[in-house]
Amino acid sequence: MTRIVGIDLGTTNSLVAYMKDGQPCVVPDRNGRTMVPSVVALTDNGLIVGDSAKEHLTRNPERTVYSVKRFMGKGLADVQNELAYFPYTLTETGGVIRIQLGEKRYSPPQISAMILKELKRRAEAYLGESIGKAVITVPAYFNDSQRQATKDAGLIAGLEVLRIINEPTAASLAYGLQKRTQGTIAVYDFGGGTFDISILKLKDGIFEVLATNGDTHLGGDDLDRLLVDLFIGQIQEQHGINLSEYSDHMQAARLEAERAKVRLSDDLKTTITIELPDDKGHFTRELTRDQLESLTIRVIERTLAPCRTALKDAGLTSTDIDEVVLVGGSTRMPLVRQSVEALFGKAPHCHLNPDEVVALGAAVQADILSGGTTDMLLLDVTPLSLGIETMGGVMSSLIRRNTTIPASAKELFTTYVDGQTGVDIHILQGERELVKDNRSLARFRLKVPPLPAGVPRIEVTFLIDANGILNVTATDMRTGQSQSIEVKPSYGLADAEVERMIEDSFKFAADDVSARKLIEARLDAEALLKTTEKSLAEAGDLITADEAEGIRNALSQLATAKDGHGSPYHPCADGRTRTGRKTVERGDAERFAQEKSAREESHRSHVKRAYGI
Amino acid sequence: MDQHTPESPRPRGLQMARSMCWHCQSAVTGEYFCERCVKVQPVSKETDYFTCLGFPRRLTLDPKKLEAKFYELSRTFHPDFYQTKSPAEQTISLGNAAVLNTAYRTLRDPIQRAEYLLGLEAGSVKDIRTSPPADLFEEILELQDTLEEYRSSERDSQDSHKLRTALEAEQRTLEQRKQEMEAQLQQLFTEWDRLQDRGEATSQTRVERDRLLKQIRDLLSNRTYITSIVNDLATTIA
Repeated sequence: MTRIVGIDLGTTNSLVAYMKDGQPCVVPDRNGRTMVPSVVALTDNGLIVGDSAKEHLTRNPERTVYSVKRFMGKGLADVQNELAYFPYTLTETGGVIRIQLGEKRYSPPQISAMILKELKRRAEAYLGESIGKAVITVPAYFNDSQRQATKDAGLIAGLEVLRIINEPTAASLAYGLQKRTQGTIAVYDFGGGTFDISILKLKDGIFEVLATNGDTHLGGDDLDRLLVDLFIGQIQEQHGINLSEYSDHMQAARLEAERAKVRLSDDLKTTITIELPDDKGHFTRELTRDQLESLTIRVIERTLAPCRTALKDAGLTSTDIDEVVLVGGSTRMPLVRQSVEALFGKAPHCHLNPDEVVALGAAVQADILSGGTTDMLLLDVTPLSLGIETMGGVMSSLIRRNTTIPASAKELFTTYVDGQTGVDIHILQGERELVKDNRSLARFRLKVPPLPAGVPRIEVTFLIDANGILNVTATDMRTGQSQSIEVKPSYGLADAEVERMIEDSFKFAADDVSARKLIEARLDAEALLKTTEKSLAEAGDLITADEAEGIRNALSQLATAKDGHGSPYHPCADGRTRTGRKTVERGDAERFAQEKSAREESHRSHVKRAYGI
Repeated sequence: MDQHTPESPRPRGLQMARSMCWHCQSAVTGEYFCERCVKVQPVSKETDYFTCLGFPRRLTLDPKKLEAKFYELSRTFHPDFYQTKSPAEQTISLGNAAVLNTAYRTLRDPIQRAEYLLGLEAGSVKDIRTSPPADLFEEILELQDTLEEYRSSERDSQDSHKLRTALEAEQRTLEQRKQEMEAQLQQLFTEWDRLQDRGEATSQTRVERDRLLKQIRDLLSNRTYITSIVNDLATTIA
């Protein structure tokens, strides 16, 4: 049985999880961190991903891509009003956004593929086996194009994507596994860039989604943006500087806004510090939780309408909900919790780590697909109605929203003119009446044998599979022959292009790997040096002089190796870093540092307890 | 048509597309799987939703039993449990699950269930036109005028307030009427089921059967009409 991993490909952070003895676990990196920032940077040494790339956000903003999930399955026109916020250059080719990084232009699935590859590598290093199959999560409200783009990203990353699963439902699997609950639950998933609400019925291991709703363009990013706008205005006023002209400082401001928002989930006030360009000093101000809340309340309230619609679609009222589960980093905000509690009339459940629960659920689904679990089954729905264009620019619905998937609909087509050899079909997704108000998914031309008008009878089957992705097949009812259909996606990569990207991705893989490994090893070494030195300074007196001396020796060797050039440098999977001749027991130094800080921590908590602080 | 006697009950299980297994060509005797090679079998295109879910053609069904059967069959057919099987089996499971989902969606709603049964018993469902109840014809015409007037009236004016109050009263009346219709339908459903349970095929029961089908059809089309008016009303004054 080959292992299938579960991947949460998030707007801000991504995680990979696997099943261990019937329990889902998140894969940590060597430093114990579970989240990989969804950031990709082009450096002089090649492309890097994750924590090391995040550092380039302020250093090299034009060549550092973040929040790429917002662009999946989208055209340039879709993101027109937020282009100003992104420091990197966006263009469009074939209905697909392209991101300029140096000389090359990348589609969002290619950037996402780099993040996926990073997760794949991380899982491979941790589990000591090669990983080829994955379940990847998407927001429940993602349309067909966005799901397809995610699947393409998996392919480009060299992963067989066995299933695209909705984030809130993934969370419900992890939650259900842990709590063994029966009843009706609402999963409120407010992440970095997207918002979802799903109402589920849990009964005897069946997780039946009754309704889902959301907004794929509403998340913590939008809250940060409000803060940044506030700061920009004040900096302009107080210092006469237009910060938005400095993309590096804008990124610093964005990161500071995000950090301040996070701090205000615990504290009632915090201080904002933003470095000004051209050595003009700093902008500082105090920000209270009240101020943050009055600034962001309107955005947070935008999550409530989808909740009401989902309840209505499920044929329920808020009193029918037995439990509300919170998912996504943005649900840490007290105001979000209060709003959810007010809407559903009960305190939400927040015992699960909202950052990890989606990845854990993806691992559970992976286990189901590999045959490891048979007592749980997820019955999900399609979030948007699917239809085709009919006369007069009106959409005719074939599969209604909140229909359990897999779902299929058949439609019979014929001709209006003698000898007509084709019928053009335009597929749409959305809830509005007119074609122009809905999302165009794809177009295709149905081939028809030249016959008198009305004689041909071609039956087209629209099938939404368990991934929520549309498959179209056609059969000539007169001959019983099926025909293959070449669907041209409105906002997606053509198959040939995906193929080429897969090839490219393998071609450049070797170069990328060595460059990335060097950068990562240096960054790791730097971090290790810093923490160990800090620990030594703070708690060096807790160990013997010999021990301290040994650590110092190891540190200086590591420092030399880190800055070295050209000498063989082989980071190993077991956490040791070997230089040409000598071996630095970095694993040991690291463990030592950790043990010490743990000792310190326990010492501190003893003190706290003793004084009742 | 539906003239089974109690001595020859309708098969309760799924009807399979072929009597022969697509894989090993032996005769399929099992319900959903070939007993010899244990491969899943495709649901026949001719299988109606009642048969698919293993229920008789009745208009009152126990929703709990329906749900239990749906869950059981989902466990049998869902593609999640076929990921490690051959591509052919995966395709069959996908198709079967899609049919099962449509069947459950149709049958779990009493109105959709009745419309579907009408289609099975008396030809195409598309014949169910939306038609206004004869006794409400005048009232509905008047309502349409009021609606028009309200839409063109100035917001928050005295006129608009008065019209709104009138519309709200009208909405309550129509909702009430809709509920009455649904109660009436429920009664007809019970009558239909009783007739089916008797299972007789005399000329008298045939007349009775046709009368019931016609009454159900008329009520359904009246109800659809009222529903769309009520929805229209609700969105206008919302």
